[in-house]
Amino acid sequence: MTHSRRDFLKTSAAAAATTAIGARILAAGDALGAPLPTPGDPAVKALMQVALDVAKASGASYADVRVSARRQQNVNTRDRIVQGASDTDTFGLGVRTLVDGAWGFAATNDLTKDAIAQVTRSAIDQAKANRASQLKPVRLAPTPANQVGEWKTPIQTDPWSVSIPEKVALLLDANAAAAKVRGVRNVTSSMFFLKEEKTLMTSDGSYIVQTVYRTQPSMSITAVSDDRTDFQTRQSNDVAPMGRGYEHVLEANLGENAARWAADAVAKLSAKPVEPGRYDLLLHPSNLWLTIHETIAHPTELDRALGYEANYAGTSFVAPPEKVLGQLKYGSDVMNIVGDREQDGSLGRVMWDDEAVRPVTFDIIKDGVFVDYQTTREQASMLDWYYKKIGKPVRSYGCSYAQSWSDVQFQRMPNVSLKPGKQDTTWDDMIAGMDKGVAIVGDGSFSIDQQRYNGQFAGQVFYEVKGGKIVGMLKDVAYQFQTPVFWKAMDRIGGPRSYHLGGAFGDAKGQPGQANSVSHGCVPAHFTQVNIINTGRKA
Amino acid sequence: MSDHTAPRSLFAPADILSRAEAQDLAGRALKLSPAEETRVTINSTARADTRFAVNQVTTSGENRDVTVTITAFVGNRAASAVTNRLDDASLAAAAKQAHEIAKLVPPNPERMPELGASDYQYPPMRSRVIALPSPTERALAAKKVTERARAAGLVATGFIECRAGASALANSKGLFAYDSSSVVTMTATVRTTDGTGSGWACSDGDVFADIDAERVGATAAEKALASRNPVAVEPGRYVTILEPTAVGNLVQQIAGAMQARAADEGRSFFSKPGGGNKIGMKVVDERVTLVSDPADSASTGGGYDQDGAPIEKVVWIENGVVKTLNYDRFWAQKQGVKPTRSGSGGGFGGGFGGGNRTLRMLGGTTSVPDMIKSTERGLLVTRFWYIRPVDQRTILYTGLTRDGTFLIENGKVTRSVKNFRFNESPIFFLNNLEALGPALRVNASEALGAGGATYMPPIKVREFTMSSLSEAV
Repeated sequence: MTHSRRDFLKTSAAAAATTAIGARILAAGDALGAPLPTPGDPAVKALMQVALDVAKASGASYADVRVSARRQQNVNTRDRIVQGASDTDTFGLGVRTLVDGAWGFAATNDLTKDAIAQVTRSAIDQAKANRASQLKPVRLAPTPANQVGEWKTPIQTDPWSVSIPEKVALLLDANAAAAKVRGVRNVTSSMFFLKEEKTLMTSDGSYIVQTVYRTQPSMSITAVSDDRTDFQTRQSNDVAPMGRGYEHVLEANLGENAARWAADAVAKLSAKPVEPGRYDLLLHPSNLWLTIHETIAHPTELDRALGYEANYAGTSFVAPPEKVLGQLKYGSDVMNIVGDREQDGSLGRVMWDDEAVRPVTFDIIKDGVFVDYQTTREQASMLDWYYKKIGKPVRSYGCSYAQSWSDVQFQRMPNVSLKPGKQDTTWDDMIAGMDKGVAIVGDGSFSIDQQRYNGQFAGQVFYEVKGGKIVGMLKDVAYQFQTPVFWKAMDRIGGPRSYHLGGAFGDAKGQPGQANSVSHGCVPAHFTQVNIINTGRKA
Repeated sequence: MSDHTAPRSLFAPADILSRAEAQDLAGRALKLSPAEETRVTINSTARADTRFAVNQVTTSGENRDVTVTITAFVGNRAASAVTNRLDDASLAAAAKQAHEIAKLVPPNPERMPELGASDYQYPPMRSRVIALPSPTERALAAKKVTERARAAGLVATGFIECRAGASALANSKGLFAYDSSSVVTMTATVRTTDGTGSGWACSDGDVFADIDAERVGATAAEKALASRNPVAVEPGRYVTILEPTAVGNLVQQIAGAMQARAADEGRSFFSKPGGGNKIGMKVVDERVTLVSDPADSASTGGGYDQDGAPIEKVVWIENGVVKTLNYDRFWAQKQGVKPTRSGSGGGFGGGFGGGNRTLRMLGGTTSVPDMIKSTERGLLVTRFWYIRPVDQRTILYTGLTRDGTFLIENGKVTRSVKNFRFNESPIFFLNNLEALGPALRVNASEALGAGGATYMPPIKVREFTMSSLSEAV
């Protein structure tokens, strides 16, 4: 145990009383000074009503207003040092108005009656300015009015009920375990927690209060070769961010995993550079989730398919809707993809979306055939011809989301997941069934074009498989593919026991860019004859 | 904005904190802090944006916010609390929260003492216009692009973002720094209705009047038409002419990799094999000079850095030789050198994705038409997309060409070609430099938000590695 670590323990012990107070303060910081207005509070509700009243009086056919209190905590460490500890509490209101089929949006951190009336007029002014160029007015698909309810992410332990010293000790212990491994030169670790309480009120009578929790523990370990000609990093991304409480940190077991991740980083230094070529490829769920995100979840967003995101996120090869819905063969028959916002622990989980729609689980790809897009109310109405044809109601799937009170809501992906296969095959079974190939764990470098055809993905750890066994480690590996060819090459997938939720906080889309948090569930999957390149070059 | 007839935006300059308001707010927070030492940073922002797609305005937004970050120090222990509620009780609660956490974290032996008061070369509240355009002004600018596209049977999608902001940093040692600035950007992607052609253009500046919507619309439409029906040419190593945005997309990755500590610890391209770093070593062609210069634009990230020190011009690479790396105060002291004051990380602006985008690569005199004329067979690239690190050891990135990729044969642009995926390092292609043109201000961020000032020249290079084809348009 190192000197600074001992120091820290001493400090923590001496400050036992402080610790308890600290924990209480951190748990109930709201009570300290100014009363933090909570969404759902009658006073806040009255202020939100001001926005709806002004919007209606100014000619809005629909309006919604969101108030959110966002609380975040970051603890960042490097080696034996706490680099940062911070708490963020922000609060504000955003109002969206629809006037003659055109949108306007405005937001403020000033929650007074006057400021809210002014901000609503700003949204109205924008809607009026924007309708001048309107070619096709917005039509909202029906959704039940007067929805009133409350929902909270089910968690076991509120992250703010755990003291800072406990969090710091957990991270520094993990750093120390990694640093013990010879060759390791740099270790960083962190915890991030979010608690967002948001209230949504719509002009059709809905009033919804939801509290969302998100948690991410993470580590990054870098090993440097003795001659300083090489360095390799292992990130802990097989532990995904989740919609859970502090229990997720404890279950991630950084202390025990750190030594294994550190050993991976060191082993990568002497791993064999991959020989480029075509290989059978086995992807662990901790890698495959990101490939699903980029090659399935993004191209099946309806706004992309229709060209609305062409300037930044791009369009989609899954277009035009009339030519692909129910017709496009996306992948092999074992491929079944669903969208949902209800999986336990997932980042996309909510009871209502940001326009008061209750999400449902829906098929996106069934037996390898593309059958539906992700939608909001505005978008579902654009597919009314299709739903009529297949006898389904015209309804949003509940994919409306805004990253904060100051951003306008729009279509964001729900959890988009690969359903397990029928046989209960595990990762080990699948390795045993491989004659010759490459297996990849963890996500790494990722890049894909603006229509989602050409992808290149790396990973954290790459294994050479021969005769049903892992025979060694490889490095400088990336797999490169054309999306439909890739998914048609998926011939075997794992069963229910091998299902894992990967995910990310930083799903970017829109202008100004907004970050969505989303999970992707999947099982290990085997692909035949995928192109693998060697990314190592000499400087 | 000189157009007084247009309705004023709600979030005109009055919503950005003035120097006096920022000083009052910082003073209150410092006074309310129970910590022995305190730093207060303030970010006051207002944003107005308009999106258009499929030839019409789709959404727009206006917002404003003020966040106050209070960092409490207890000896070498530090912690922060952030709030956007500015009344005394809320500031006191945040200050107390920061102090309580600071008492509980272990001491940081690398903590540097707070700086005292300083003189700032860039005077407070610089004399420039900080106003945001009204919704009508933005909608009219969008219309210039959409109407041109519609008339030509094309489809325009794009974005206008205008941000105004003020930032301040104060501490209990008497330091007070303040700066305010604005940034604007307009980008458009124009596509052909058959989906085989796509063109892009940007206009980037400090105030809305800098935006040239006509040029954006014309360039994007012209490229959309010229890029129709692309043919596939074999991936491989090509003589490639990179337009300024494409140069910026990759060259700014070099600046991000120039961290002194990582280099000294063997974790960077800038690490020297055997130990030490590459300062003084020639790493690229001698015509390459990379500079961060606060004089380049009023929209750089504040006149001071993250610790409140005045920012300075930093020459990163001069005539191909590494002149300096980015030293934070601790590492500078440990290595016995001066800390780097480029301003990365400080001030308002960064844009979505963050990072310091204020960077200039010095240009040359060869025009793009002349580069084309002297090319027997090569490629012309408008911009890159989905650029992600592949190997930090060589600053190797992957990504794809987008919105206008052309084949050059015998001194002429002959056809549009299918997009490529590249695996390439700016270090490699800046060693294969053939020619440089005059530097222009571009928006070379992938998310195309407003922020920073990037000046890049068009360049012609040998052996740019295009590794595979993409069907994407």
